[in-house]
Amino acid sequence: MTPFCSFLSAAAAGDDDIFPRLVVPVSVIVVLATHLATPMAGNGMKLELSRVINGRSRLGVLKGIGRTGQHSLEVPGCLLYTHLGTVPHLTQDTLHTVSNLPSVTQVTLSNIAEHHEVLEHFKDGFRKFAGLHDTVLYCSLHDPAAPCPTGYTTNKTVSVWGSPGRIELTVAKFMALQKTVQPDWYQSMADGETWQNNTSRKRVQKSVNRTLAHLDECLLVHQNSQELEGVEVFGVVEGGDILEERVRSARETAKRPVAGFCLDGLQTGSMDQDLRNQLTAAVTKELPEDKPRLLQGVGHPDEVLACVEAGVDLFEGFFPFQVTERGCALCFNFDISPDPERAGRAPRAVLELNKEDDAARDTEPNGELDLDQTQTMYFEINLKDKRHQDDFRPLVEGCGCYCCMNHQRAYLHHLLVTNELLAGVLLMIHNTAHYLSFFGAVREALAKDRLDLLKRRVLGKRGGMDTSAKEPRD
Amino acid sequence: MAAHVERGTDSTTSIKNMSLKKSLSAAASLTLQIVAECPVTKARACNLMLPHCAVNTPVFMPVGTQGTMKGITVDQLEGLGCQICLGNTYHLGMRPGSDVIEKANGLHGFMNWKRNILTDSGGFQMVSLVELSEVTEEGVKFKSPYDGKEILLSPEKSISIQNSLGSDIMMQLDDVVSSTMTGPRVEEAMHRSIRWLDRCIAANKNPHKQNLFAIIQGGLNADLRKACLHEMTQRDVPGFAIGGLSGGEEKDDFWQMVTLSTDHLPREKPRYLMGVGYAVDLVVCVALGCDMFDCVFPTRTARFGSALVPWGSLQVKQKQYAKDFRPIDPDCQCPTCKRHSRAYLHALFKSDTAAMHHITIHNIAYQLNLMNSVRQSIVEGRFPEFIQTFMKRMFPSRDQYPSWAVDALASVNITLE
Repeated sequence: MTPFCSFLSAAAAGDDDIFPRLVVPVSVIVVLATHLATPMAGNGMKLELSRVINGRSRLGVLKGIGRTGQHSLEVPGCLLYTHLGTVPHLTQDTLHTVSNLPSVTQVTLSNIAEHHEVLEHFKDGFRKFAGLHDTVLYCSLHDPAAPCPTGYTTNKTVSVWGSPGRIELTVAKFMALQKTVQPDWYQSMADGETWQNNTSRKRVQKSVNRTLAHLDECLLVHQNSQELEGVEVFGVVEGGDILEERVRSARETAKRPVAGFCLDGLQTGSMDQDLRNQLTAAVTKELPEDKPRLLQGVGHPDEVLACVEAGVDLFEGFFPFQVTERGCALCFNFDISPDPERAGRAPRAVLELNKEDDAARDTEPNGELDLDQTQTMYFEINLKDKRHQDDFRPLVEGCGCYCCMNHQRAYLHHLLVTNELLAGVLLMIHNTAHYLSFFGAVREALAKDRLDLLKRRVLGKRGGMDTSAKEPRD
Repeated sequence: MAAHVERGTDSTTSIKNMSLKKSLSAAASLTLQIVAECPVTKARACNLMLPHCAVNTPVFMPVGTQGTMKGITVDQLEGLGCQICLGNTYHLGMRPGSDVIEKANGLHGFMNWKRNILTDSGGFQMVSLVELSEVTEEGVKFKSPYDGKEILLSPEKSISIQNSLGSDIMMQLDDVVSSTMTGPRVEEAMHRSIRWLDRCIAANKNPHKQNLFAIIQGGLNADLRKACLHEMTQRDVPGFAIGGLSGGEEKDDFWQMVTLSTDHLPREKPRYLMGVGYAVDLVVCVALGCDMFDCVFPTRTARFGSALVPWGSLQVKQKQYAKDFRPIDPDCQCPTCKRHSRAYLHALFKSDTAAMHHITIHNIAYQLNLMNSVRQSIVEGRFPEFIQTFMKRMFPSRDQYPSWAVDALASVNITLE
């Protein structure tokens, strides 16, 4: 059944009364009928869930993705974060030293919008333009790792920020961009400016309404565009920190013929994890089981775990990049193997290392860090720190990434203090590999009922965080 | 790869030239096999056997100043066919310091580079980078830019650091003066460089593992150069560098000093022309008899978006390439040209540092391929024809050939068409 069928039946049943302004124009129905007669190539995408734990945490595989349908993506999982199709600092050679790369690459309109004319000229889509061959392309609106100034959305437009500054997008412009990008999936246009504290209820309602209106307009253009045949749309759930607006946004979006859902406005820094959990759980409850949920702007390992428990399937993979940019290496432990021999390898080294780091943190407070970063520091070692200058161990003992197999902390420390470009390359390789392995561990934990163990491993011995406080200690 | 094919060709040629093979004194860990000599010019193709691997000359040596090749991994550098690269003693001696590198089993271990490394003496950077430096007979005195401490870089200290770095080729500390300087200071520097060479030879703790090269000085004065050549060639060193050039002097003076030096250097030892890396300069100076070259230019210019091509260079960041969907050089087989267009690289320069890495890879590939082609033509006895083709491709017309290159090539029996 094509997604559009459910839209039709919902409209026909008249159960869209929560949002009465939504009117299905006759032209849409005509277009629809045409499409029903000729099924779209991309409707093979299917989420196969193998386990659902506590009614929320989902383990499964997203199959038949991409226009040719030959790709799949395991969930919970993350997308491959890029700058204009390039994983930060990496060439294809260095990127492919990392195994098990996600099959979905994320690009953002904030990077791409300024190259619209070039892509129009090129004609063959962004994937080919960027020299990407064998990947599913997902196009989102904003860069999750770059702050987006607020105050520039209107009823009809949203703004993205690229290298020349602000670019204002109407739905027409937004869809024209999608036609030249030719992604496999794209995030529908959305007003996500509700993440700041004290956003008024009125503003939150407006954002939900606008986002739904944008979605309907996008879908209308989409259905009329041959270039976008087989391309999947992800609807965006807004609603700020207001539970009923979240629920309304989720319900209404779910009525539209979307292939999946983006959960927006819940990003790190906008609210604490408890609130995020409540809102996320409320939203996922409203969403159909058979479609993926992508949470935007959340990447810390502890937050990922909590959000998986609240029913999230996909994350944007920007966290390793942020860690890299502050000169750090991910080192947190996620080994949930019951085999003591195996458990003795990587994790023990990491635990020892964490102890050292705790001690170092006590004596060497880093004044530059804000509270948020201080929390992330528990997952990382700071290689700029002088104590690594003659430390000839790999970043993480037992890690099989190119960086750890070939280089030592002392070398990384040297590259960082001398501002050498190779530091970013090597750290990005390690951090990406470590983060992807963490997602592998999340899936393994779900498969083997060891999520609690994984949480204890990841959160380690630290206290004081909401999520860890609820967990029994071992 | 081209390198393998070439090696096959070389082995047959080297049988023909068996009589040309020479080995060096027992004190060196270096052997130079002359594979072929151009019958027209002074160019030669050699196999330079160094502790970590053989080097095919003529060779361009990319510069990895701080123990890294500007965003390129050692595997990528090896994949491009690089057999020897440079590290800078001054920078590495400052950070991370020779003690750390020694603990990491030398620079090879520290950066995990399995092939050869050449290190400079540190003297050049001291004079060019550090304002407060003073040269005395003892050495070069300077204030550390990091902690302000006064440091003396003596010939012994330079060699001691280079011994810690464990480079395959070390350079003597020389008294560097600007190549445009004239007068008694040039002569003083030349004589001092000879005295420092003797101190460096005496200070080398690893003569069997690390080759110490002498550096010919003497500014742009032919008599001083000859005097320096006369003295230094009497020392038992495994190789020679031609120094004090490529510092803003007239190109007419430059090539004359180069050709004078190669005229007086022993045939059986390698000749390294320091700081030369522009394509035309490389081809001309190979014709004048030089074997080894280094320059930061190809990697530095890459980071500003300048890609080297057989017809000059291409400024990827310029607007004209925004919609140019061809590779940088359609004939180039480097990883960058095989995958990416000028338009994508143009766009990527606004978004990520990887754009620089792509051009760096291309430029290193360009330099190494150029030298491979030069070598191949020498081995096959068609270097004079190679030069003609190269110049025609590089310049739109004959009247744009630089006169110094025309003159230099004429001096080795090449009349450009």
